Amino acid sequence: MEVFTLTSLELEALRLSLWVSSWAVLGSLPLGISMAWILARLRFPGRSLLDGLIHLPLVLPPVVIGYFLLVFFGRRGVVGGWLYETAGISLAFNWKGAAVAAGVMAFPLMVRAVRLSLEGVDNGLEAAARTLGCGPWRVFLTVTLPLIVPGIMTGMILAFARSLGEFGATITFVSNIQGETQTLPLALYTLTQVPGGEMGAMRLCILAILIAMMALLTSEMLAGRFASRMRG
Amino acid sequence: MLEVCVRRKQGSFSIDASFRSKVLGITALFGSSGAGKTSIINMVAGLARPDEGRICINGRELFDSEKGIDLPPEKRRIGYVFQEGRLFPHLSVRSNLCFGMHRTNSSDRYVDFDQIVQLLAIEHLLCRRPAGLSGGEKQRVAIGRALLTSPAMLLMDEPLASLDHARKAEVLPFIATLSREFSIPILYVSHSMNEILNLADDIVVLDSGRTVVAGSFDELISMQKNTFSGIIEQIADNNGSLPDVRLNIGCPLLARITPGAGNELGLRLGRKVFVPIKRA
Repeated sequence: MEVFTLTSLELEALRLSLWVSSWAVLGSLPLGISMAWILARLRFPGRSLLDGLIHLPLVLPPVVIGYFLLVFFGRRGVVGGWLYETAGISLAFNWKGAAVAAGVMAFPLMVRAVRLSLEGVDNGLEAAARTLGCGPWRVFLTVTLPLIVPGIMTGMILAFARSLGEFGATITFVSNIQGETQTLPLALYTLTQVPGGEMGAMRLCILAILIAMMALLTSEMLAGRFASRMRG
Repeated sequence: MLEVCVRRKQGSFSIDASFRSKVLGITALFGSSGAGKTSIINMVAGLARPDEGRICINGRELFDSEKGIDLPPEKRRIGYVFQEGRLFPHLSVRSNLCFGMHRTNSSDRYVDFDQIVQLLAIEHLLCRRPAGLSGGEKQRVAIGRALLTSPAMLLMDEPLASLDHARKAEVLPFIATLSREFSIPILYVSHSMNEILNLADDIVVLDSGRTVVAGSFDELISMQKNTFSGIIEQIADNNGSLPDVRLNIGCPLLARITPGAGNELGLRLGRKVFVPIKRA
């Protein structure tokens, strides 16, 4: 069964992909929920502009996003330089940069899913919680948040899947460095470029399909469990 | 004492209502749908903001546009029983009931959990989720939830609309007792004449956002303006004897008028009238 044994390059890519995607999803979650809430609940001038900005990664070529990240978040970029000087954090050519690229690319999917479920929450329930003695924050934590759990789940899974597949922005921003920024799609690409890499590429393809299927099944299962809990 | 004086413009509809009840009892808000009843109690609850005015309960100011007072809903200590119940679907009945109770200072609590559960006959529902309850059960839980916050005032928006007669007969005296025993004023919105006659100490009649008349029954009867507002739906002339006039004042109301008076008043279909309240 040597055919199915992963080489160290492939294992490294798999490990890195899961690591980078998890960080991308968890790191962007608080901001994603806040943005979804702002877009769903607040009316202010410039709202459509913000909406458009958040959706840009969905419609722009990923390379463009990668290039912007390089310009702004690179060691000499406006934000990147500041980050390096104040916090000592560098995003250039390491896994943190890959996580940022994946997070930015997956951000619109997360915001969309959370926002959709936020818009489905009955305002009346929140008003009722206010009359029962909860301040706005408490209402959000005890009523709104539990009710949008399915949306958050969907958003996280979608964002996770999107992060796993991220290629263009990653390779542009943090390059293709084995063991540091070479995620699964980048490793796959590399293998297709070298002679004798076909078997490895095939193994990574199957792996990618398996992970994606597992993510979808998990999301279905969680949604089902949540629905039955509500019916109770 | 309850004092409400509010003005608010919402689109083309404007509310300009003002009333005060001296008693610590039940004040009924009465009027056809669209008269602004729910808007007014939303303002009392703090869920809608009046453009200007003053809302005051037992000397405690909840809103005063001149003094710049506007307490948020969670600081008003007002129990609100919504028409649709509005139970939290993600919580069990027990957690719904306790939701507000846990946020009330124990020194302010005067309503006991077991007592409420027993009175509303909801003990067997405690472990269930709101989605599995009937309309009447939901409403009883909603009443319980509002009461368990030990509120300084209770707002009820058609709370008994989805209860059957037997349950209504049980809950009505309970509401009346509550108001007296704990001296909490209740602002009660209803379309049902029967409920209002049974419960209300004071009555406020609204028409298109304006107070037509307000006061206790005795005051209303002694007043010139002791009226309900409504539209004439049907005039049945019983062969020249006393005609029956059917009015829509939110609910159908039948009145018997002498033919002469009918002619003099110019009663005709679709005409808006104010109906005097009379003792039976």
